[in-house]
Amino acid sequence: MTSATAPAAVAISGGSVEIGGRPVLRRIDLTVEIGDFVALMGANGSGKSTLVRALVGLRPLSTGEVRLFGTTLENFHDWQRLGFVPQRATAASGVPVSVHEVVASGRLTHRRLFRPLTRADRAAIDEALEVVGLAHRRRDAVSHLSGGQQQRVLIARALAGDPDLFFLDEPTAGVDLPNQHALAEALGALKERGATVVLVAHELGPLAPLVDRAVVMRDGRVAYDGAPLRDHEAHEPWFADPHTHHHSAPDRRHDHVPHVASPLDPSDRGPR
Amino acid sequence: MNDLADLFALPFMQRALIAAFVTGLAAPAIGTYLVQRRLALMGDGIGHVAVTGVAIGLVTSTSPTWTAVVVAVAGAVLIEIVRERGHTNGDVALALLFYGGLAGGIFISGIGGQSTGALQRYLFGSLTTLSIDDVLVTMVLAAAVVALCLGLAPQLFAVAQDQEFARVAGLRVRFYNVLVAVLAAVSVTVAMRTVGLLLVSALMVVPVATAQQVTRSFRTTIAAAMVLGTLASVGGLAFAAAASTYDVDATPGPTIVLLALAGYVVAWPVGMWLRRRARLRAPFPSGSAPEHEPTGEHPHQHGPGCGHLAVPHDDHVDYVHDGHRHAEHGAHYDEH
Repeated sequence: MTSATAPAAVAISGGSVEIGGRPVLRRIDLTVEIGDFVALMGANGSGKSTLVRALVGLRPLSTGEVRLFGTTLENFHDWQRLGFVPQRATAASGVPVSVHEVVASGRLTHRRLFRPLTRADRAAIDEALEVVGLAHRRRDAVSHLSGGQQQRVLIARALAGDPDLFFLDEPTAGVDLPNQHALAEALGALKERGATVVLVAHELGPLAPLVDRAVVMRDGRVAYDGAPLRDHEAHEPWFADPHTHHHSAPDRRHDHVPHVASPLDPSDRGPR
Repeated sequence: MNDLADLFALPFMQRALIAAFVTGLAAPAIGTYLVQRRLALMGDGIGHVAVTGVAIGLVTSTSPTWTAVVVAVAGAVLIEIVRERGHTNGDVALALLFYGGLAGGIFISGIGGQSTGALQRYLFGSLTTLSIDDVLVTMVLAAAVVALCLGLAPQLFAVAQDQEFARVAGLRVRFYNVLVAVLAAVSVTVAMRTVGLLLVSALMVVPVATAQQVTRSFRTTIAAAMVLGTLASVGGLAFAAAASTYDVDATPGPTIVLLALAGYVVAWPVGMWLRRRARLRAPFPSGSAPEHEPTGEHPHQHGPGCGHLAVPHDDHVDYVHDGHRHAEHGAHYDEH
């Protein structure tokens, strides 16, 4: 895909993550080349979000290492090359915040201390709002927007920093179909520009045509790595719990949270 | 009225005015970040811890302001550590710290043989007994708080808004968290002579709560909160002074807090009305009714200024009244 000398956009080798002493990622090896559009899929609790958080340095590894553009995480300081869209139900906080202000915080990697926004900053913010189709809402409070629109604001925030490697954690979760299409359009524009995208998704929906490569996680390991899958394939029983399609008897797997049960709890057998 | 003018000409009154002004400016500035992080009561906690600092200063005959700054900063950093480490019992740990601080202060001042009157000046404020040195210290500390709160606003905002995003943007999140805690501690000690340690949090939080009734952005919230805080503290002092000319003994600290609260009481219905209006005028989702459904007899002619709520819907306007949405369609109206 790229010449052998160019470093991969992001690579994890032998990476393990423990949370509270329980293994959540187990010796993962994964390399994403520059320009790839990778979908990380899998059931709840399979470790796909944890993997993304480990890749951007939010979760410490217990073994192995992560390299971003060939540099180990400890030595990586080129944060403006990274755009991160965390998993969020809302972009609001305790104080009213305008759409423009949230997106402007995406320019921090380019700004110096005690300096106002430059013309270049403003142009990048306007362009990011344009890409996600929310330029007309820039003055509105984020809390007045719908969940899908708030998700687009968070994507615009990552876009504003003009990065070339994107990590998106479940950007389509709880987002209605028109907003998912708007999202797919914004990500398509990114792909055209040659950006590398790592996307965590439970289901791809309208994003499916963009994906070059699918990685399916199961139980903290990579269960599949190859050509894009259709949504229901990623949920076949040999990858994970059947979630939306129950073609076969449910093959129960444990997740990472201990179950607390009492005699009055409903039975947790069968498909959830 | 002349009495009041004479009163404001007195040096102690001018010192009080300066102190009230800078406190009213600084406390809401840092308070906005605390409210944004949903830590509105952190100022209260630091205020309780600072009581121990004041008592240590009184007993050891050093400046209570500086011992309060040191102990409040230590307490604030400790609160920040508890917050960062503890997930489940964080608020219990904070409560232990609060009451430890308050009880420790009263205990120490009792052992040191201090009258509670001396401590009370710091618990409830004593604007009118400030020395020139007190005013200078207050001004320097308040200026530092305001400068850092506004100068580092983009960074502090991003960290308070979304810590994970800020970390991936390469910000030293822990540094900024501790900075907010330290700035909160400093403004607590700045405000302790104005409104007192027990009411300090009010000046940090109430102007912010008032401002956000009518604002839509962070910038206008912090600016409006600083203006409201200044109005409340200077106005409260002036009110108390005016009352004293009629031989009414109004303490400045509580007067300031009550004035700030009165501002909130006025702003709240306005905010309710604004939010209700915004909800009513939100455009209808696109898409039309599955079937063409004309209204029956409709003598009224809808139009701009016809008195009915006009709400955008796709490429036209729906007029809303009596539970119906009427859209113009040729010579009649449709139900949308």
